Amino acid sequence: MAQTLFDRIWDAHLVAQRGDGRDLVYMDRHVMHELHAPHAFARLDETGRGVRRPDLTFACQDHTVSTRPGRFDDRPGAATYTDAMRAGTRKFGIKLFDVTDADQGISHVVAPELGIVTPGATYACPDSHACTVGGLGVLAFACGTSELEHVLATQVLALKRPKTMRVVLDGALAPGVTAKDVILRVIAEVGVDGGAGHAVEYAGAAVRALAVEGRLTLCNMAIEMGARNGFIAPDETVFDWLAGRAYAPDGADWDAALSWWKTLKSDDGAVFGREVTIDCSALEPQITWGIDPSHVIGVGGRVPDPAAAPPERQGNMRRALDYMDLRPGDTVEGLRIDRVFIGSCTNSRLPDLEAAAEILRGRKVADGVTALVVPGSSTVKREAEAKGLDRVFIEAGFAWGESGCSMCAGGNGDRGEAGERCVSTTNRNFEGRQGKGVRTHLVGPAMAAAAAVTGKITDVRRLARERA
Amino acid sequence: MEPFRSLTGVAAPMLVDDLNTDQITPVQRKSTLTPDYALMLFSRLRFNDDGTENPDFLLNRPRFRRTKILVSGNNFGCGSSRESAVWAMAAYGIRCVVARSFADIFRENCLKNGVLPVTFPAGDAARFEALAVATDGAAEFTADLEAQEIRGPDGAVFPFDIAPAERIALLEGLDDIGMTLKHTVDVAAFEQTVRAARPWLQETRDRRGA
Repeated sequence: MAQTLFDRIWDAHLVAQRGDGRDLVYMDRHVMHELHAPHAFARLDETGRGVRRPDLTFACQDHTVSTRPGRFDDRPGAATYTDAMRAGTRKFGIKLFDVTDADQGISHVVAPELGIVTPGATYACPDSHACTVGGLGVLAFACGTSELEHVLATQVLALKRPKTMRVVLDGALAPGVTAKDVILRVIAEVGVDGGAGHAVEYAGAAVRALAVEGRLTLCNMAIEMGARNGFIAPDETVFDWLAGRAYAPDGADWDAALSWWKTLKSDDGAVFGREVTIDCSALEPQITWGIDPSHVIGVGGRVPDPAAAPPERQGNMRRALDYMDLRPGDTVEGLRIDRVFIGSCTNSRLPDLEAAAEILRGRKVADGVTALVVPGSSTVKREAEAKGLDRVFIEAGFAWGESGCSMCAGGNGDRGEAGERCVSTTNRNFEGRQGKGVRTHLVGPAMAAAAAVTGKITDVRRLARERA
Repeated sequence: MEPFRSLTGVAAPMLVDDLNTDQITPVQRKSTLTPDYALMLFSRLRFNDDGTENPDFLLNRPRFRRTKILVSGNNFGCGSSRESAVWAMAAYGIRCVVARSFADIFRENCLKNGVLPVTFPAGDAARFEALAVATDGAAEFTADLEAQEIRGPDGAVFPFDIAPAERIALLEGLDDIGMTLKHTVDVAAFEQTVRAARPWLQETRDRRGA
């Protein structure tokens, strides 16, 4: 019978069925971060349970770390979580990419970059954006702290098998349109819970044409449509990208891996629980206008009227208009902004920074705008600096941060002020996410740069044309 | 895990969709590993910037100060996987959430913390919500997992479905990890198989400079 890629990977990791009917699914790799791991360590101490496979487990310091130059943070308790992570990983013999480590960074950026995750592998991480690594053809499972503890103790998760869903993205992207625009459009079409209970495979010509970094962006936001897993069948683009990475297989292992990886796709005729097809060829840069990642319009579009929406969406849209200080029919292009953030597991890899720098080169951040760029990993930061991108950002008036999660969720205190309008390359425009009362508009990196230099929401293609 | 059998208390209707974990427990820069979780619940909505209570927020109204059942809309608990959202509810005393639907990870986190997630069929959901609104905190509801029903103050009974295994796990407060550890032999056998077939998955090695 024709199989989906999801079935193929799930079945290859199925250890047993538990008495309560749940599938025990083996986790090949487990990457933790310091905001949640300490509580699981404490539980393991209480129960006396050890860590089954510390050798398959890695730890990142990302959520609470200072992103200021030199990591300076003298606030009381600033190191509470990073210290607890150090103690726990030392006790259980787990490899830690500590704050000063050359490999430090956001877990979902580091895991692919170091080749810790490879196609067809399973991956657990106590963070909803674990799905990011699906861009390599990895089946990722975001989990809470109890499940994190479960993986540490057993190396499996006890799961209910989700339904399958395929999102087919047809067409070629126009210049200036990126993976971020595609995923924002997908969420707008599918809705914030349209993927709930489903494992989502992205397919189609627009996906095949994406570089790995774009695929990671696409998969990163699967959770924003309610899907715990988002992934893409691996191909030569992925294999080439992985070759030679620090923890990727090599030699005979590489050859064996490669021949398995090439089998990792959905069969022709495989049946999905749900299929969605979107033609991306006419897509323009997308931006959120509201308070969830489905509140999306093209940059040239107008804020929708709740009265024209299905009744069950109207309340949410009215709340969004109120919070965002917008009215139906408003254009977003031209809205004055106060803050720009470029970073997060969504858009903080080298091509993201290059795209933003391309817009910034020879331009200045507009008066009254605070602009921060935070590379997704220390590796990205070094690579960007080697290309002189740090100079471009700094000369334009951006603060050039140390790597971490920073203003995506503000776990390290990086945040905006109430009433500010913030253009951000992150994944969630929820009320208060970037600070109480902060109005977040999600965009891709070049769009964020365009907003920074014009001081207002701007179609980046206009600036690109000026340059040409 | 603390078992869940039956819970009697005030039901607070927060009838919005997509109530996310950033609203339930906003990320705040924390300097302790053991914060006061009850205080974190809906903290941005419950408290003003100066730390005083926001009198307009539902849970701050006198009748709702001892809320034990939360009633909400679609996709409750979407967003971050942070389990502190469930810990905060439980610490506050809310150990049952009735919602039109739940985000997957949040629902899993509920089951692992003795918090009962309830979804009624559409017709009953609307009737239950209307009753919670009309009751306005003036009388108590009982969420009875053994009987698989929530009883309203007017004698109304709302039966709900839950997977038998989830029901038993909650009723007995079963140790989820303990259940899996019974399969340690299976896990070891699986690891042996993978070591032979796909060895690169069973080892991690930094090959730089090797």
